[in-house]
Amino acid sequence: MSKKGRRGYRFAGEPAAAPTSVSDEYLRRDRPGLPHVSEPGVVRHFIELSILNHHIDKNLYPLGSCTMKYNPKVNEDVAAMLGFSGLHPEQSDADTQGALEVIHALEEKLCAIAGMDAFSLSTAAGAHGELVGMLIAKKYFADRGENRHKVLVPDSAHGTNPASAHMVGYTNHSIPSGENGEVDLDVLRETIDEDTAVLMLTVPNTLGIFESQIGEILKIAHDHGVLCYMDGANLNALLGRARPGDFGFDIMHINLHKTFSTPHGGGGPGSGPVGVKKELAKYLPGPRVRKDGGEFHLDRKNPNSIGFIHSYFGNFGIYLRALTYITRHGAEGLKRISATANLNANYLANALGDLYPIPYGKRCMHEFVASGEQYRKYGVKTLDIAKRLLDFGYHAPTIYFPLIVSEALMIEPTETESKETLDRFIDVMKQIAKEAAENPELLRSAPHETPVRRLDEVTANRKPILTAPLQE
Amino acid sequence: MPYIYHTDEERREMLDAIGLESEDQLFTQIPEAFRLTEPLAIGTGLSEYETVQHFQEIASRNNPAGGMTSFLGGGIYDHIVPSVIKHLAGRSEFYTAYTPYQAEVSQGTLQVIFEYQSLISRLTGLPVANASMYDGATAFAEAALMAAKVTRRSRIVHSTNINPRFVGVLKTYATAQDLQLIAIPHSDSGDIDRDSLLAELGDEVAAVLVQTPNYFGVLEAPWKIREAITNVGALLVVAVDPCSLSIFRSPGDYGADIAVGEGQILGNDMSFGGPLLGFMACKQKFVRSLPGRLVSETTDVDGKRAFTLTLQTREQHIRREKATSNICTNQGLLALKSTVYMALLGETGFHELGKICHARAHELASMIEASPGYSLRFDGPYFREFVVRCPVDATTVISEARKVGILAGIPLSKFYGSNAKNDLLVAVTEKRTTQDFEAFGSVLKNVS
Repeated sequence: MSKKGRRGYRFAGEPAAAPTSVSDEYLRRDRPGLPHVSEPGVVRHFIELSILNHHIDKNLYPLGSCTMKYNPKVNEDVAAMLGFSGLHPEQSDADTQGALEVIHALEEKLCAIAGMDAFSLSTAAGAHGELVGMLIAKKYFADRGENRHKVLVPDSAHGTNPASAHMVGYTNHSIPSGENGEVDLDVLRETIDEDTAVLMLTVPNTLGIFESQIGEILKIAHDHGVLCYMDGANLNALLGRARPGDFGFDIMHINLHKTFSTPHGGGGPGSGPVGVKKELAKYLPGPRVRKDGGEFHLDRKNPNSIGFIHSYFGNFGIYLRALTYITRHGAEGLKRISATANLNANYLANALGDLYPIPYGKRCMHEFVASGEQYRKYGVKTLDIAKRLLDFGYHAPTIYFPLIVSEALMIEPTETESKETLDRFIDVMKQIAKEAAENPELLRSAPHETPVRRLDEVTANRKPILTAPLQE
Repeated sequence: MPYIYHTDEERREMLDAIGLESEDQLFTQIPEAFRLTEPLAIGTGLSEYETVQHFQEIASRNNPAGGMTSFLGGGIYDHIVPSVIKHLAGRSEFYTAYTPYQAEVSQGTLQVIFEYQSLISRLTGLPVANASMYDGATAFAEAALMAAKVTRRSRIVHSTNINPRFVGVLKTYATAQDLQLIAIPHSDSGDIDRDSLLAELGDEVAAVLVQTPNYFGVLEAPWKIREAITNVGALLVVAVDPCSLSIFRSPGDYGADIAVGEGQILGNDMSFGGPLLGFMACKQKFVRSLPGRLVSETTDVDGKRAFTLTLQTREQHIRREKATSNICTNQGLLALKSTVYMALLGETGFHELGKICHARAHELASMIEASPGYSLRFDGPYFREFVVRCPVDATTVISEARKVGILAGIPLSKFYGSNAKNDLLVAVTEKRTTQDFEAFGSVLKNVS
């Protein structure tokens, strides 16, 4: 496709001269090796690639803990308005009043939704928010002259939790879940001590179970002077029904690219706002937007802040989409989201639980974790079930996570799937269960109908090829 | 309700199937004391049309640089974004897909990342690039953490002429890991003061961080410090403007260990500084210490060429607290836009872009230097951005220019205190014309 002489884009005016004012030692001697292609050539190439993807506009994407819901189109239109997309981050407050209002308004709405006292939108993803949460905790304890270093994380937690704790020098202590999939209070009491800085919980947890003892758990932690952090990845289950701040959490993050439906973009950009209680608000990363009468201004002088965490204000274009989404729904709409998300998950759990047992029970919030264990006897692993699902035009659930369920299939349908879609998915899962018994090889060699079949990941790991060779 | 399928009848059928009376029973796991009885204080929902009107009204209270004659830079630049980019990035197949965990149905995203890695690798002259970071500043900070891990050392030396927005984030990340930062002043030419740097080099230094062009727009000559850095066993980390790599030497060419930077200029909107695109490339021997995702070419069982995420044992979902970073979601869609941009401009267009920016910046600089009372602050070579020393406070120039719809630049006093109060950082892209320069010149004539 690349052929010398082909051009995809031309700038106006005469070709510019090569630099003459700069000494030769600064100049690039080789050419970088970008391709030579025409505009239609570029378009065809990327369209050909695009059609190889599964995506939420095509069909069900039941990836647990990822909340793959429909991304409303109007959100994209709002983010594309020149008044937003054309703003330079170093423009004056006077020229950016609308943008500062967006930040202020979304912070206020997230406070109302989550029951926290202050939010910062600077963090570009959930893990980025966790990092800020840990930094806030570290500063808080430093200010109190306490040298705590332990973070307690349930064994069902997302991998980012321990990784974020580790990034600020905290040591991670995994607490085993109880028989009901919830935090075991006795274990918690035994593990928690005066060296513990933070208790990190995901609510509902990654099993889709609400911690029914949440008040008691947070009380135990607070009695030890511990800060409680909530990973808000699963907030979709609670919208308009209950608020993390009311449970007693001190710090939390929200994944706007999950609960508030900003598109995942094939792996980002996301947005992971961090919310805190009043006494921690001074630690939030800068800059902060302040409202003075009817005017907004940026405040960069926050002496107690943990500092800056992004070049500017975080992923503005992304959280603008989230604000659009909240504006569309209002209080009543958000309540419908959580009700429908939980209804869809329970409906699936109920229908699938016999063939794919759910070790912690069929009643769930927005997602549930089933097990493919019983198909091991046919030589079929959960991976094979997941791959077979691809043949039917679905994305696979999250697999082998959380780590506490063997052969885990973590399923989150979200609220934007129809009953027909769920019924079809149930039928397919039943068919796959049957195939596992009757023709296990069909699963072991799946997928069969996808653009490529199973990949050689071993060689990719051993001898990764990370760039294409330069072709002339 | 928007975006939900169920009819009342279907809801009833589904509730019946799971044996519940009402939807409220879906929430009985939540202790009653915590169940909300009042609606959230966020108002009622608006129709789609009302929503658009609402946001149009808010947007109208912004005066976007993209609609004015802008000389604002400092890391984010008002470049042309060709039409093709938004149309391709607006494809549902790309923007509504998740991270490519199931490779068989994610080959589009995976190949795009592979092509992105390849193009960033070629631009930087380094053999490995990851799938992206949040922005230039976090890429810069993570490079420092990576260098500290690789060398098992804790001193990070950086110059004061690095983008202050990058340094701000570096400070936050460095504090988290108890790394010490040592700031090196800049010379009269605007580049790093090499004698001060050499004096700080020792066997505790993990990395030396430089930026070229630096915040003042001045090109550094990292090859002049390369040997001294290697001799003490420290890594050379360079932040680069990818646009400059069309005509200026690549980090790989002068032996940089890690290159990072902000990729906004590669076809992405300014969007009030977010979302942005951090890129990161390194030498082959550091690949297992890289943060973030990596895609490798491989084959499927039929021997067909294919792509997959690889070296995932570096990452948090496998390695948990032992991961190289906690990064998970990155900036996939911006990596896509940048890949399209680099392919579309291609070798010739990209080179042309660099030459245009360079030539226009020099054209404006000459004109400004000819204005009585105005001069260039530094005499070092520059690319498309430079510091003007004004005869008056730079903020006076900025407010006069603003009156005629010109954004004159960034006042350096914002970061460098009152010593820099007359200094104005001016950036020029291919969008700016001779006519724009003349309008700018008229403003300067009236402010002296």
